Amino acid sequence: MKAVRTLETAASIGWNGTSLRAMLEANEEAFARTGRYAGVEALELKEREPILYEKIFSKLRGALVTARATAMNISASPIVKEIGELCFSVYTPEGDSIALSTGIIVHVHTMSDAIKYMIREDFENNPGIADGDIFINNDPHIGDVHNADVQTLVPIFHDDAIIGWAGGVTHEIDIGALTPGSVPVGPTSRFEDGIDVPALKCGANDTLFRDHELRCAKATRAPTFWKLDEKARIAGNHLIRRAVLELVEEIGLDTYKKAIREIIEEGRRSFLQRIKELTVPGRYRSTAFSTYGFSGEERLPAHARIDCIAHMPLEMTIERDGMLGLSMEGADKWGYHSMNCTPSGMQGAVWVVLSQLVVPNDKVNDGAYYGTRQYYPLGSWANPGDPSVSTGIAWLFLIPSFTSLVKHLSRAFQARGYLEDVIAPYGVTGNVFQGGGLDQYGAQSATTNFEFGCAGTGAGFCRDGLDFAAAVWNPEGDMGEVEIWETVEPFLYLGRRVKPNTAGPGKFRGGAGIESLKMAWNTPHYELQNINSGKAFENSGLWGGYPNATGYRKNLKRNNLAEVVAARKPYPVRDGDTAASEIDRCLTAELVQYDDHTVTLPHAFGERDLYLSVQNGGKGLGDPLERDPRSVAEDVATGFLSERFAKTTYGVVLTRANDDVDVDMEATAAERASMRATRRAEARPVSEWRKAQRERVLRGDMIEPVRRMYRSAMELSTAFADEFRAFHELPDDYTL
Amino acid sequence: MTTSYPDRQIEDLIDGKLPFSEIHKMLSSFKDPARFDQYVAIMQGRVPWEDTILLPYGVHLFIVQRPDGQRVVKCDCGHEFGDYRTNWKESALVKVRDSEASLLELYQTMTHCDPEWMELREFFCPGCVALLEVEALPPGYPLVFDFLPDLETFYRDWLGRELPH
Repeated sequence: MKAVRTLETAASIGWNGTSLRAMLEANEEAFARTGRYAGVEALELKEREPILYEKIFSKLRGALVTARATAMNISASPIVKEIGELCFSVYTPEGDSIALSTGIIVHVHTMSDAIKYMIREDFENNPGIADGDIFINNDPHIGDVHNADVQTLVPIFHDDAIIGWAGGVTHEIDIGALTPGSVPVGPTSRFEDGIDVPALKCGANDTLFRDHELRCAKATRAPTFWKLDEKARIAGNHLIRRAVLELVEEIGLDTYKKAIREIIEEGRRSFLQRIKELTVPGRYRSTAFSTYGFSGEERLPAHARIDCIAHMPLEMTIERDGMLGLSMEGADKWGYHSMNCTPSGMQGAVWVVLSQLVVPNDKVNDGAYYGTRQYYPLGSWANPGDPSVSTGIAWLFLIPSFTSLVKHLSRAFQARGYLEDVIAPYGVTGNVFQGGGLDQYGAQSATTNFEFGCAGTGAGFCRDGLDFAAAVWNPEGDMGEVEIWETVEPFLYLGRRVKPNTAGPGKFRGGAGIESLKMAWNTPHYELQNINSGKAFENSGLWGGYPNATGYRKNLKRNNLAEVVAARKPYPVRDGDTAASEIDRCLTAELVQYDDHTVTLPHAFGERDLYLSVQNGGKGLGDPLERDPRSVAEDVATGFLSERFAKTTYGVVLTRANDDVDVDMEATAAERASMRATRRAEARPVSEWRKAQRERVLRGDMIEPVRRMYRSAMELSTAFADEFRAFHELPDDYTL
Repeated sequence: MTTSYPDRQIEDLIDGKLPFSEIHKMLSSFKDPARFDQYVAIMQGRVPWEDTILLPYGVHLFIVQRPDGQRVVKCDCGHEFGDYRTNWKESALVKVRDSEASLLELYQTMTHCDPEWMELREFFCPGCVALLEVEALPPGYPLVFDFLPDLETFYRDWLGRELPH
């Protein structure tokens, strides 16, 4: 018998007759008082009945993984089905994650934020929380990264009391924003971000409200995908709910309640212990950047037409007890663009990195959250503090910003001798092939091609990075089948190939990226944008390792491909080395867009126009002159590295016999000795360089985007301003 | 049973000779608590100087205890950068790639930073000119002090012994 509640009959649904809000407040008070989750002192169940304890966790974990696998087969969206952009988690009544599935685990904590928002806003009394209810949220200011990640939350009741929540999230292919796709570039305020479901009750009695379904079907450019994604999330949540209730039936409610508290407290303790086991206490610093250029973009409001480099300093501190602190003190201000983040998104992203580098096992839950302290300055891009701010493509700032966390942890692992865990920062996942128009079926459509889920990883301490392998935001990253993307996009792949020279150089290089050359096909009109790094690297590698290559844009509009094909001449399947472009060798066009303008608004593509999508590599580690020359030869032989860089980057002299590439060891030794001599001759003491830097800073000799970045960061952060002025020995009133 | 590895395996790991299948096993296994001392002992045996290594600090650098009591950053070639609480980069050699020509030695056309937006700073050891670190920062950005360890807490509270004097 389901418990049906209305506003008139609302009563406490918490344990022992208390309200849900009282339960949350008691939990938070207990943590503040004791430093332990829910004040749990001893892991009694774990110690008394360890087999049962582990069995409970395994059953929950198994239910979540099963729910995800089932949901993937309900969805029709290639983003969910092919790439696996979904995850599920089970929560305590107060909204703390107990266990999670695989997938986009960033949302384990963002859904926690959403549940706690509903509790704090007293949803228990209005609109009511009852068995069979369905809540949906995609508001980053409540709990999310961006609104394309849509969450469905289902309360789990036992008799008349809530015993938990099931939560599931999928990444939608179109979110009905100002511009098509799921990560819109174009919105300058939240009012243009698209579908907004700010933690609403959207169903009851296990059924979505019809008005919600109809409203969403009209609000997205991809209503079929949306509808099936909603069904996928609900089905997954209901599988989880059933598994929890069966577990409670088996072990008893009291044992279940005890277990979920202990599992989270164990997660907290394990995290702190793991930090003490793997790292070194102290202070770690690094700064990342992201850029865009909209100064000439007349389709944007005048106040949004600027060129920008965003400032993303990240300081990590590790304290005596293993507590991990993260601070973005010095971050610059939020802006009129869609790349701003909320603290919920930032906290979620921390999990993406920590769960892969510090706790790469299944015992990940919100316990680890309680082992961190995080600070995102109010007014910065990482914490705008203004619900009108756009966050449509928050990932474009968020992803670069946490490259620093990878560096910090790797420095710590190396200091402890755990070299196998060391990894240089990942490549930012781009380019994003994204847009919309009339598709090959004559229907209104939109796409976000998740081919970018296969960037090169950073280099290890003792091995190269993995080539076109992963996305930082989804450890199961994939590029998706070409044929699948061709079914949803009116574009045909002329080719998908390894992109040479994308890996960050080093003693061990980063993983390489790929490139896809795509041709508009059977569409009367379609508009596409580019989203990638362009004017700046987002971060460097480690210990002499260099950044991976930036992206670039290359489109050929109104080209002669039809004539080339008719004449049976070779047509391009890639661009290859930009210095010997295969595209340029084969084709001409009335309009060639070849530049570093890599974050763009949508622009039109006509029949047979070409779009090049370049995916990034990862960053390098160590001095390139220490790279094994045979590895350089192999990279050249396999097309990962152009031959000229063997010498200029690695000091390796190659010999060629037909297709065989070999190393001239003697000449290589001489070349490397010569390059070291050049280093000694050309490098100068840092003290000398600092004097010249100071003069330049005093003159303000920098382009406006850089000046604006410094000015903004100094206005927002006294600490950064003081440090900047102290470093350059500037007067107290110095500004840019 | 506590995890441990023979010295030979750790040496192969350091030298990049361990097959990935073995690295993967190490990643998936419980950590070996003696690794810090084992790694330090191996590296101590490799460097051509006698100062006690307190902490590995990158591919070439270490924080060491000198006989006079100072704790300094030292390169495996023997060059010393000074007190570890001061950014070692202050005592390094630096070359800045802030022109297109210099960036094209490393990157193909159109895939490097715009030098007006960002520069690459290469920091070399004055002793052996090994490339120790690369910074990718806009012009005018202060040097970044990558890592300041809390050695006292690490030794006393985490390793359970006093920092060598």
